[in-house]
Amino acid sequence: MMASSYNAKEEDGHHPGSSNHGGTGPSSSKKPDNTAFKQQRLPAWQPILTAGTVLPAFFIIGLIFIPIGIGLYVTSNNIKEFEIDYTGVEPDSPCYICAQNFSWNSTTPCICTVNFTLQQPFENNVYMYYGLSNFYQNHRRYVKSRDDKQLNGDLNNLEDPSSDCEPYRKIGGKAVAPCGAIANSLFNDTLDLSYVESNGTLNSIDLQRKGIAWWTDKHVKFKNPAGSNLSVAFQNTVMPVNWRNPVYNLDPSDPDNNGFINEDFIVWMRTAALPTFRKLYRIIPKKSGAASTLPSGSYRLKIAYNYPVLSFDGRKRMILSTISWMGGKNPFLGIAYITVGSICFFLGIVLLIINHKYGNRSSSADIPN
Amino acid sequence: MLRRSLNRLLGGDERRVDNRTIYIGHQSFPVNEAFIPPKFCDNRIVSSKYTVWNFLPKNLFEQFRRIANFYFLIIFLVQVIVDTPTSPVTSGLPLFFVITVTAIKQGYEDWLRHKADREVNKSTVKVLENGEETSKESEKIKVGDIVEVTENDTFPCDLILLQSSRDDGTCFVTTASLDGESNHKTHYTVPDIERDLQSLSATIECEQPQPDLYKFNGRMHIYKNDQEPTVRSLGPENLLLKGATLKNTQKICGVAVYTGMETKMALNYQGKSQKRSVVEKSINAFLLVYLCILVSKALVCTTLKYVWQNKPGQDEPWYNEKTQKEKDTNLYLKMFTDFLSFMVLFNFIIPVSMYVTVEMQKFLGSFFITWDKDFFDPEIQEGALVNTSDLNEELGQVEYIFTDKTGTLTQNNMEFIECCIDGFQYKHRGACSELDGFCVTDGPVNKLQQKAGREREELFLRALCLCHTVQVKESTEQARSQGEDCIDQVDGLPVEDEALQPPQEERGFIASSPDEIALVKGAMRYGFTFLGLESKTMKILNRNKDVEMYELLHVLNFDPVRRRMSVIVRSRSGDTLLFCKGADSSIFPRVRQEEVERIRMHVERNATDGYRTLCVAYKHLSEEEYAQADEGLREARLALQDREEKLMAVYNQVETGMNLLGATAVEDRLQEEAAETMEALQGAGMKVWVLTGDKMETAKSTCYACGLFQKRTELLELTVRTLEDGGRKREDRLHELLSEYHKKAVQDAPPVKAGGSRGRFFGKQDYGFIIDGPSLSIVLSSSSESNSNLYKNLFLQICQNCTAVLCCRMAPLQKAQIVKMVKNCKGSPITLSIGDGANDVSMILEAHVGIGIKGKEGRQAVRNSDYAIPKLKHLKKLLLAHGHLYYVRIAHLVQYFFYKNLCFILPQFLYQFFCGYSQQPLYDAAYLTMYNICFTSMPILAYSLFEQHICIEFLLKNANLYSEVAKNAMLRWELFLYWTLLGVFHGLVFFFGVRFLFGNPALQDNGQVFGNWSYGTIVFTVLVFTVTLKLALDTRHWTWINHFVIWGSLAFYVFFSFFWGGIIWPFQKHQRLYFVFANMLSSVSAWLVIILLILLSLLPEILLVVLRKPRGPYARKKKMVQSSEGGLQSPRSPVRPLLMRTFSDESSTVI
Repeated sequence: MMASSYNAKEEDGHHPGSSNHGGTGPSSSKKPDNTAFKQQRLPAWQPILTAGTVLPAFFIIGLIFIPIGIGLYVTSNNIKEFEIDYTGVEPDSPCYICAQNFSWNSTTPCICTVNFTLQQPFENNVYMYYGLSNFYQNHRRYVKSRDDKQLNGDLNNLEDPSSDCEPYRKIGGKAVAPCGAIANSLFNDTLDLSYVESNGTLNSIDLQRKGIAWWTDKHVKFKNPAGSNLSVAFQNTVMPVNWRNPVYNLDPSDPDNNGFINEDFIVWMRTAALPTFRKLYRIIPKKSGAASTLPSGSYRLKIAYNYPVLSFDGRKRMILSTISWMGGKNPFLGIAYITVGSICFFLGIVLLIINHKYGNRSSSADIPN
Repeated sequence: MLRRSLNRLLGGDERRVDNRTIYIGHQSFPVNEAFIPPKFCDNRIVSSKYTVWNFLPKNLFEQFRRIANFYFLIIFLVQVIVDTPTSPVTSGLPLFFVITVTAIKQGYEDWLRHKADREVNKSTVKVLENGEETSKESEKIKVGDIVEVTENDTFPCDLILLQSSRDDGTCFVTTASLDGESNHKTHYTVPDIERDLQSLSATIECEQPQPDLYKFNGRMHIYKNDQEPTVRSLGPENLLLKGATLKNTQKICGVAVYTGMETKMALNYQGKSQKRSVVEKSINAFLLVYLCILVSKALVCTTLKYVWQNKPGQDEPWYNEKTQKEKDTNLYLKMFTDFLSFMVLFNFIIPVSMYVTVEMQKFLGSFFITWDKDFFDPEIQEGALVNTSDLNEELGQVEYIFTDKTGTLTQNNMEFIECCIDGFQYKHRGACSELDGFCVTDGPVNKLQQKAGREREELFLRALCLCHTVQVKESTEQARSQGEDCIDQVDGLPVEDEALQPPQEERGFIASSPDEIALVKGAMRYGFTFLGLESKTMKILNRNKDVEMYELLHVLNFDPVRRRMSVIVRSRSGDTLLFCKGADSSIFPRVRQEEVERIRMHVERNATDGYRTLCVAYKHLSEEEYAQADEGLREARLALQDREEKLMAVYNQVETGMNLLGATAVEDRLQEEAAETMEALQGAGMKVWVLTGDKMETAKSTCYACGLFQKRTELLELTVRTLEDGGRKREDRLHELLSEYHKKAVQDAPPVKAGGSRGRFFGKQDYGFIIDGPSLSIVLSSSSESNSNLYKNLFLQICQNCTAVLCCRMAPLQKAQIVKMVKNCKGSPITLSIGDGANDVSMILEAHVGIGIKGKEGRQAVRNSDYAIPKLKHLKKLLLAHGHLYYVRIAHLVQYFFYKNLCFILPQFLYQFFCGYSQQPLYDAAYLTMYNICFTSMPILAYSLFEQHICIEFLLKNANLYSEVAKNAMLRWELFLYWTLLGVFHGLVFFFGVRFLFGNPALQDNGQVFGNWSYGTIVFTVLVFTVTLKLALDTRHWTWINHFVIWGSLAFYVFFSFFWGGIIWPFQKHQRLYFVFANMLSSVSAWLVIILLILLSLLPEILLVVLRKPRGPYARKKKMVQSSEGGLQSPRSPVRPLLMRTFSDESSTVI
């Protein structure tokens, strides 16, 4: 890519490392050692960037980036994504009542249903996300408010959580498990998806709760406290204030998905980078035999509306998306690659013109030094 | 020296009234009614700074006095006290590291000093106490103790010599460890001292300790059984300095006068004042800018935070409640702590590591100067010496060079060329040998009468043999006998070739000035050999092989003001003669005028030929005259105060009415490659000023020989001669001349310049300016203040438009004045002084960079210099190659450091807009800490040590490349702005690139999402790679070290990230980065975005490099290489002889 001249000067046989102070030994002459290192004559590669050498690089970059960009863009476009806001801000939205009448104390969850239609069938695995807006999971006070030791199953920290968890550390002298603001604000809406057949019958879709958290998180970073029975292990603790179920009973359907290793919980504990974010909620696995995982048609989303966001002007969304090798739908990468590739290509052309106009002399870049 | 002369100038406080009185052997006297034992300090030398107990507090205090360290300490304390986003470790660890390393280094140095002190203090010395010899530890010596020192021992304290084992009451010492002069110096016992020191009762009255090594005034009162005490004067010749070594003398006894920290050596021990380089000033300025950026960032964030929090629901949503403590805190206090927190969060923008790296670069970089074998001089078996590494880069910024002439431009290797006796020229030629060794070559005018009278001739040669302070070298008795053998041998040989004979060479002469040796050797060639000085008797071997004896009565020492020296001797026949030699200007007014004219012609011709001329005169002293002179001299020498002035008066009085005998011409050869060096330096855009004490003609011819003045150079002369030309008042004439020259050199010059650059080669007239000492002092200290300023300005402006300036007849202090004047003039140019002698010390200390030449005039210049080189020719490589490279290296280092920390911190700043201004750090603490210490520090250090953007040979060949970095070119504000904008651009690219990617955080192919730490890690990865690759792009010289360090630190970053994220660290509260890095790498999108952003960031840089190329140095480099391949290199003989003989006629001065 770069024109270069390998400039090996004489007496480069010396190994610089061995040529330290007073290598000459008994001859106490102060004559400096004649080593390549000390004489600043180490053999050196002296690349010289010139229009001629950079030119091909620009073209090559352009030629590589533009196809990649197009590939990315196409891939991203092929990803099907459906997004629906169910916050219930407008009076006519189905969850308006639930949103308005929210109370922490209500024992029964407010249920609302949202109907929507998928225009296109979703193939392969479909991933169901919930999205929150204007929710500062990356606020410093919030990010800090956890106790990784406790979450790792440390018994000491289970009953005496780190002070970072304040003010969600102890309630009435009993340790909160899991402690901290992040755990306390665990997203606890329940989303159920059913396919509305043309005859009106609801066909409940199987939502898989596993595989949504990082493998290392689930198996190494998060551990339940030792003990055969989770409820016993957590007996000296209380659940966070805003929770409805204790930590050992987060997933009644699967006993292995309870306690700190509950995947919904783990996903929530990985704090988002930006105030508008999405988190993986469920996976709708591809059905063997069926043409598409979610055929086009109308669907009904049943929401157990437990999570208030209006107080901080937030929004809640449900997102259905397929996934490609590059992750979820993200046109940015494709566009960026195409842009940068085109710029490189364009610059290449400009440089070529310049190079041509001002003669070829600068293209012969190998200059002996 | 300088300080003292300054003091004198300022009418200083020299007249100290307090003397100290010392009782020799601690005896009390009946004469003095009360014996009060005076309090003097003991003889303990303490050069160490710390003790075990005070090391920690004192060292810490010293270190935190540095503004940068203090800043980091404050940041650290804020982190400890206030609840800040990053743990105190992140800034505490680097600070601790820096402080510890510095403390260890200083501690070690101090330990070495302790060791050296102990060695000195605990060594045993013999002290005579009550007639017995006792051994004492050196530190227990008290003032007044009589100390015995044997041969080759160093003196434990400053002693007054009382007794010597030599018969003539002298002893020889060498002061090599004090001032580097390795010749043997003779010191004398105090006259009239009894042999039995036990019965000696005397007091010494002397001045309080002062650091001048060559000055001592004292008086000894000797009491002899109720007689009136005899008083003897004491001078520096009686004082043996601590640190000097006794030579050639079996033992001596002396009384301690100054001990311990009051010895002259200890008083001279103080370090030099620190010089600061331009780069350092630039760093400080940039630092200020960054500090402002930092503060404004923190202010902006704090303000926005409170604006943002004012919106309902934002400050404390239900999911993120404040702790009780936070709620209770006062709003303003909270604002203040928030501000501090932001400061802490962004403090990495000013990195501790920059100071460490800069220091390391300077320290390690200076080794390349010491290691350079091109600086090695086989003659003295030494290479270059670096006394301070702080100024490496300043070597690349020099605009004015002030050089001494003798010993610097010339070799100070004197050779007797010819003499002129009574107006007849005698020239010695090695080839032709007439009977008596003379070869008379003179014009046809003198053909008939070829020689002066034989009597005059011999008198002249005797004068040469007697009028000097040369010693004959005699290291041991054996050598002396050998020496005698030699003389015997010589007897049988033709005289004129003696000088060339090896045995004769061996019996060398030692003198403080090489001129004297040359003269003595010259006389030897003509048949008069100086045999030596023994107990005040000078022996010379005359042409008839007879030994003549002269009693040396007085030596009227040489001094630069009088510019002459004399001896008074008494011959066997009882005649008292005064021989005097000195500069023509100081001799001519003191001799009979009719003799002058004949000789003046020769002297002037010799001077224009570039020889150093001395005139020799003599005078018969009658008995009365001598008695008067003798008394005057003794009196003056006894004076405790104003001794020098009084001596001077007597000298002037004695040295009058003399008869002029003749003149000598001594050639001082040009240094090797002096002309080439000067040409290169001028080609590099430096202005060379020659400051010399020598006379104008000699100096001018040296300038011609060095190529400083060219044939076509028009000389503007401002000397006593031209000033007195008009016959008017000097000052009026000065004004007139100055304005005339100014018109010529300054006002008329610009149009030519504007006419186009080629005018430089054809049209523009070169000017050379010559000024002498007296004229300069008129310029500098004119009668009225306004005039003085006007003259100074005119003078400076003229000088700035001249290619070379010659200042002759300068006193050392005037040299410093000139340097200071130029240093402080508009634009404050960087000055460099180079010299070899003690008279150059003042200007070496004054200039930005002081360079000492390891010459023949002792080591004082070397000791006071910043860099010392063996020869003048080494200056070229030192400046053009080393200086240039160091400057480029450190300038790049500084810019790069600021840049890399700006784009490091900018994303963190931008992230605040997305996290509710909560001071949430974007990067993990480990990354914050390690970024500057490990990930990005080594490549830039390697760069700043090994970079050669243009190879050394090429730099040396093309001096004009030097001017490309002149005036701090690489640290200008435009460039700083460019780097800052680059940093901002990179920061924006990093942050927003990743920000857009995180529009959908589901980046893994299994649908899982990334969180904030992944975000930070991606940004950080892009950052580390971009910043390192940016440096790689700038690197023009890839040695294996650069490869190793650049790729190594990237690999290390990856390795470290895996390692850091691969383990649940038990000591960590948060496992934030657990598997974040590995997960990031498992995402194709992350890879793609990293590659894209790195490329996008570097794209403009590559483009700029390419576009800049045609105008950059490389294009020219190529052209020049091509042209030089064509063999256009001017064929210059490596050794240029003195050329000015051809120039001397053409060098027409203006007047």
